Amino acid sequence: MRYWHRCSKCLRPELLVPLVVAAMIDRGIINHDKRFVILMGLLLLLLAVVGMAVSITAQYFAARAAVLSTGRMRSDVYKRIMSFSQNSLDRVGTSALLTRITSDLNQVQGGINMTLRLFLRSPFVVAGAMIMAALISLRAFVLFAAVILCLSVFVAWLMRHTLPMYNTVQKKLEGLMVLVRENLEGIRVIRAFTGEEQERKAFFSRNEGLYEVAMTAGGWQSMLNPVTFVMVNFAVVILLYYSGRAVYVGSLTTGETVALYNYMCQILVELVKFATLIVQITRAWACVGRVSDLMSMVPDERVQHNPAEATASAAANAAPEAPAIRFRSVNFSYPSNNKPKAPTPDSDQSSARKAINDLSFSVAAGEMLGIIGGTGSGKSTIGGLLRHAYDINDGSIELFGRPVNEMTDASIAGICAYVPQRSQLFTGTVEDNLRLGAREASRDDLINSLKIAQAYDFVMEKGGLAASVAKGGTNFSGGQRQRLCIARALAAASRILVLDDATSALDAATERQLISELKSIKDLTIIVIAQRTMSVQSADNIIVMDSGWCVESGIHEELLKHNSTYCEIYEAGL
Amino acid sequence: MLLSVFCAVISVVSTLLLPIYVGKAIDTMTGTGRVDFGLLSELLLFMTFLIVLGGAAQLLMGRLNTHISNLVTRRLRDRAFSAITGISIAEADSRSHGDLESRIINDADAVGDGLLLGLSQLFTGVLTILGTIGFLFSISYQIAPIVVILTPMSLMVARFISSRSAIFFKEQAFARGELTEFCGEQVAAAGLLRAYCAGNHSIEQFEELNKKLNDVSLKAVFYSSLPNPSSRFVNNIIYMAVGAIGALFAISGGITIGGLTSFLSYASGYAKPFNEITGVITELQNAIICLGRLSELINLPPESETGDKQLTSVRGDVTFEDVEFSYNKDMHLISGLNLSVSRGTKVAIVGPTGAGKTTLVNLLMRFYDTNSGSILIDGIDTHDVKRSSLRSSFGMVLQDVWIREGTVLFNLTLGRDNILMEDVIRSARLSHAHDFIMRLPHGYDTMLSSDGSSLSQGEKQLICITRVMLMLPPMLILDEATSSIDTRTEQRIGQTFLGMMQGRTTFIVAHRLSTIRNSDLILYMEHGAVKEQGTHEELLNKKGGYAALYNSSRA
Repeated sequence: MRYWHRCSKCLRPELLVPLVVAAMIDRGIINHDKRFVILMGLLLLLLAVVGMAVSITAQYFAARAAVLSTGRMRSDVYKRIMSFSQNSLDRVGTSALLTRITSDLNQVQGGINMTLRLFLRSPFVVAGAMIMAALISLRAFVLFAAVILCLSVFVAWLMRHTLPMYNTVQKKLEGLMVLVRENLEGIRVIRAFTGEEQERKAFFSRNEGLYEVAMTAGGWQSMLNPVTFVMVNFAVVILLYYSGRAVYVGSLTTGETVALYNYMCQILVELVKFATLIVQITRAWACVGRVSDLMSMVPDERVQHNPAEATASAAANAAPEAPAIRFRSVNFSYPSNNKPKAPTPDSDQSSARKAINDLSFSVAAGEMLGIIGGTGSGKSTIGGLLRHAYDINDGSIELFGRPVNEMTDASIAGICAYVPQRSQLFTGTVEDNLRLGAREASRDDLINSLKIAQAYDFVMEKGGLAASVAKGGTNFSGGQRQRLCIARALAAASRILVLDDATSALDAATERQLISELKSIKDLTIIVIAQRTMSVQSADNIIVMDSGWCVESGIHEELLKHNSTYCEIYEAGL
Repeated sequence: MLLSVFCAVISVVSTLLLPIYVGKAIDTMTGTGRVDFGLLSELLLFMTFLIVLGGAAQLLMGRLNTHISNLVTRRLRDRAFSAITGISIAEADSRSHGDLESRIINDADAVGDGLLLGLSQLFTGVLTILGTIGFLFSISYQIAPIVVILTPMSLMVARFISSRSAIFFKEQAFARGELTEFCGEQVAAAGLLRAYCAGNHSIEQFEELNKKLNDVSLKAVFYSSLPNPSSRFVNNIIYMAVGAIGALFAISGGITIGGLTSFLSYASGYAKPFNEITGVITELQNAIICLGRLSELINLPPESETGDKQLTSVRGDVTFEDVEFSYNKDMHLISGLNLSVSRGTKVAIVGPTGAGKTTLVNLLMRFYDTNSGSILIDGIDTHDVKRSSLRSSFGMVLQDVWIREGTVLFNLTLGRDNILMEDVIRSARLSHAHDFIMRLPHGYDTMLSSDGSSLSQGEKQLICITRVMLMLPPMLILDEATSSIDTRTEQRIGQTFLGMMQGRTTFIVAHRLSTIRNSDLILYMEHGAVKEQGTHEELLNKKGGYAALYNSSRA
């Protein structure tokens, strides 16, 4: 029973099929043994059942490995993003971060799954078929090896040749996309300049460029099938020729010839599958690269000295007489964010342009400071530096007498609540949003914050703390969103409140009411950053910023007396 | 196309014939010492011929298909883009830009690949199935019915499982969507979360969603992997049945060993085109949907021309006569607007947001058409004027600056090559843009990205103004930036505006008090109507809406 002996050595049930068929032919048909044929038939059935069971188990573990490992990666990436400093966030950009965590990782999941399925099957089938062939005839084995080698070399060569072309195709496609987007966004300008014809020409020529590259790449790619077809079938011809001679001299049976032929076919099917799936895996590999680039970024490059776990109150009590905020000769320029996509050799441009130049001021606890200036004047930067979002170049910034770079982010957040220009609300309820920086706050605290922020009435109208907040807070008006954000900051039970242009959508009366209520809170230090003088005129001190310099400071009436930058801003506001 | 079909036929026929000859070749070897070498070499020679022929046909077919699909994609893209450059602004405003983009980029690809290659695969698939059935019957009409009838079973199994896994896929898509939306919100607010030290809470929420996604993903991925082994199982059973029954037949002499071999290879190859066709059909359906979306875009009507008069040597008298306008039928925005502006007047348009200031600009440029009433320029109804002629009589600077990918020079000329460099530099000097442009790393050849991130807001504004300076049109429409730029640039831009306005009829959507004071006529708008008009002092004395707005900003 040489067949049984061979069977026991096999890994994969389907590899046995040709051998069983060969036995069927050699013993069953040639010896006219019907019982043997039926026995072999039942054996084939058994093999089919075992094959399916094994294969399904393999698929399950491939799926499990792919899904769970990607899930872990996704979670790691998310944690990494949450640990990024403001600077890293600025540099990578929201949309890139989102792509990494969503579509890139989805591709990776598909890639892992494919790789596992493929590598759990194809190499075994190919290697197994080779071994089985070797057991039947060594010379056939040599032939098989030669075919596989030739095919692999050919496919590898084709891939190396075409993959760069497909990258070019992708780039050209992006070029087209830019043009389409520009034409939609700039539709008014283009129409105003009657540039439609011009744009069409530009698009046609770019599209032609794409077409040409795609044609070349496709031309090469279309060689894959015919060449494989010819190679494998030639091998079959050679196999048959050789078998004919071997059968004649008696070193091979007819059944074995059929088995060899079947193995050859199995190898072919697997190799073709392999080649097509390699493309998909390459694509996933590129995504892996991008994700691991993200993971290799330093999460937080800020320098922290002795970050002691001081709580807000401890810090304040340590130096009760110290001013709430003190800037001493602060110089700051944003770290150069050279995005790789736009290689602008910035010579003296960005380094010369400091965001903050030699800025000194202090605010006593319970006072209100106004900061005013145009966009790019550096006023928002002050708000960021205050909570140590960036490292300053030199000088020092202290909160209640403690340098910010000696405090943990948590203790800064405990003292200083920040309301940015853009109202960012989260999907959920009003309460969820208010609890962002105040997990433990009581409902009364939350209600109280809403009242101070002039948000109580409209929140109650919408159903109170349980009122739902739509994506982006779109079920509230711009002014209402801003007031919710202010309430959120107040709920964080802080000693310093920074409003960074956070009242721009409020009407004059509401803004006045809000600020006077804020001022009435004992010991609350308020920083109002604004573009309109109206927002800051009741401040105890006003700083006027222009191009990173503090050009004037004083109270509203004083500043108005001189024909100053402040006057210009006052005049401009309508 | 026809050639491609011809190649497909040859390729299928030669592929199908090969197993027959393999079978015949095997039949020449009946045992030790009993091999018909003459016949064998004849058969092998013929097989070689078939292989070369089939390979050549496949190669040619591949090339042709690549050619056709790429050409179709290209033509579709060209036509879709042309449609975009022609559609009305109202149409463009009402549509999602991302969707239009995706039609031109992704849908065109889907049509090229899916429709054409799909059709050719469908054709070869059907041909292969028919050919296989034919050959199976020609070898043994007794066994053939087993294969022909049983094989579709594997398809039914596969379909049954796919329909089950589709449910999990839907769930996976939903969970993915949830996670993506959550990430979108949280990552965009990552800075804020840091400021409130809320990162850990956010991570907890994420983990919850992630776990949910993992659970459904596992199911979806696993179930989607089942059709393959299951249909293989069915195929194996068919193989077994054919093998056993065939062998029994062979014993009684109904079929030769070689014949059985060919038969088995047909039987195992028979299921493949079925699987392919099911795959192709979904792709085809998708492609047809994509084609529908594209042709909807391509067939959008271009902006209608209501006249073909040309405006020549425009003086700049602008008159509004009983103009009515609304963006949608339910809400009247502008009604009964009458206005007469004589040449060289500086008109400031003032009013709260939503008052219809931008709408006025849209009507002047005929980005939108009035519902009734007319706008006249130098006494000519703009409805009778070609849109392009009307638009080039206005220079327009919008508050939303528009910078595109390309050099500074390209951004100034917008790609028109009939503009001399000297003119560009002269205009840039006039608009005070020359200095900062020269300070850029490569001067006028500095590359700018689409969002113009390397420039400040003020610099972008200056580039847009220089664009208009280059044209020196007889009338101007300016939309003042609401958020003030840094004070020095702001002053420069103010001066630039003043210089441009000299002697030109100008409509300026104004926010700056100095601009408003300097204008000849102030239009105070509210709810789509011009409520008050006059100079600054006149309007203040009226103590109406304008005065209230002015005072509220002073209080």
